[in-house]
Amino acid sequence: MHNPQLNKNGELQHLITLEGLPPAVITRILDTAASFVSVGDREVKKVPLMRGKSVFNLFFENSTRTRTTFEIASKRLSADVINLNISASSASKGESLLDTIDNLAAMHADMFVVRHAQSGAPYLIARHLTETNQDHVHVVNAGDGRHAHPTQGLLDMYTIRHYKKDFRNLTVAIVGDILHSRVARSDIHGLTTLGVPEVRAIGPRTLLPGGLEQMGVRVFNDMNEGLKGVDVIIMLRLQNERMNGALLPSAQEYFKSYGLTPERLALAKSDAIVMHPGPMNRGVEIDSAVADGAQAVILPQVTFGIAVRMAVMSILAGS
Amino acid sequence: MNQTELDAEALYTQLELAVGAGLAGTSRLAIVGIYSGGAWIAERLATSLGIADLGYVDVSFYRDDYAERGLHAEVRPSQIPFDVEGATILLVDDVLYTGRTTRAAINTLFDYGRPARVMLAALVDRGGRQLPVAPDFVAKTITLADDQQLVLQKSDDGLFSLTIDHA
Repeated sequence: MHNPQLNKNGELQHLITLEGLPPAVITRILDTAASFVSVGDREVKKVPLMRGKSVFNLFFENSTRTRTTFEIASKRLSADVINLNISASSASKGESLLDTIDNLAAMHADMFVVRHAQSGAPYLIARHLTETNQDHVHVVNAGDGRHAHPTQGLLDMYTIRHYKKDFRNLTVAIVGDILHSRVARSDIHGLTTLGVPEVRAIGPRTLLPGGLEQMGVRVFNDMNEGLKGVDVIIMLRLQNERMNGALLPSAQEYFKSYGLTPERLALAKSDAIVMHPGPMNRGVEIDSAVADGAQAVILPQVTFGIAVRMAVMSILAGS
Repeated sequence: MNQTELDAEALYTQLELAVGAGLAGTSRLAIVGIYSGGAWIAERLATSLGIADLGYVDVSFYRDDYAERGLHAEVRPSQIPFDVEGATILLVDDVLYTGRTTRAAINTLFDYGRPARVMLAALVDRGGRQLPVAPDFVAKTITLADDQQLVLQKSDDGLFSLTIDHA
């Protein structure tokens, strides 16, 4: 089946999800990002690649952090960035969404960076652009519902490759609220595509979706068991609103069973790295001693995230 | 692909002699090779002439044909491990043609700092300039048709050869 993210030459046209992307496409993004990391160390942190291009950040769901990283990445590519925080309260969401897109495209947008609470919104936009012969406009998914957060997935892959070099002998554990996590889904697709032999999902039954085994993931409800011998630990943020429902008793209870403490970290390999997409809830999913410890690579993730987004945008805009 | 009568090793020796004589005694001298062919030559020049400050640039982010051709598939990280501010930099490329790569390389350097001077060395100048760029050191000047491509290659034992490809 044709992957709607690729153009007829097999080049990346939109980035909607890591699912189904050929390994070579992912590897090229990571390789390109490595060159952008070195740009960030320079006196002048900008390159002129996207001069004259307009990037529209369309955030139908609030996210200061992700929006900021896309804004920085766009600016370092010399693109013009327009930030739009659009309330998603409109009743006829489907129609008004595409009307918004057509209006912005008429303002000569070159790229839309889309964050939406509804899974599938970025795909809907990409398909609409194709159907209306606006293929020169590119779409980057900055997180849609529970579906995907591909640039976070890619920056996690970049971080793992940076510290572990080779994916083909790793055991990677993803811990926490996997049910509601688009990051977890993108990570799992990225890891399996790049050849990680063992991906583990650790969490309480109420926060693990069905079908993980079919994605090639080993499931653990006991965190101590699941962390044994792993090379990489990806902690997920526990969203506070989950506490209000029946899914979890309390933050303290959760920390007791699934918080990453120095004692639990010691069960992993001695050179294991600890990742977290942020923002962290200290004392809920992660102990401060671990978050600030020598094995944490949480802040490098943020730095790599800029370079990875620059790589994605510059590859898309040139396709 | 054709073997040319251009002896890349002899041309390299000639270039090394010219650079060595021309830049002897220059203070704060650094060599920067343009990927990939220029990087090989720069590396060899730095070793032979005992120049400690060696860097590499990939010009992909500064090319003027991004809008038509997109991002080069293999971008390598530029490495400038010395202070560009106030340095005399010898930029090295294998083949000098339109001058567009040189322009992009100079722009790249200036985003690291303000050099005192930038000079240009190339193994072969094949003519066809589209920008006001001239080499300070060149081993050979030839004329090639637009559809011909002169390519530097490096063997496993580090020896250079030049071939002509037809586009």
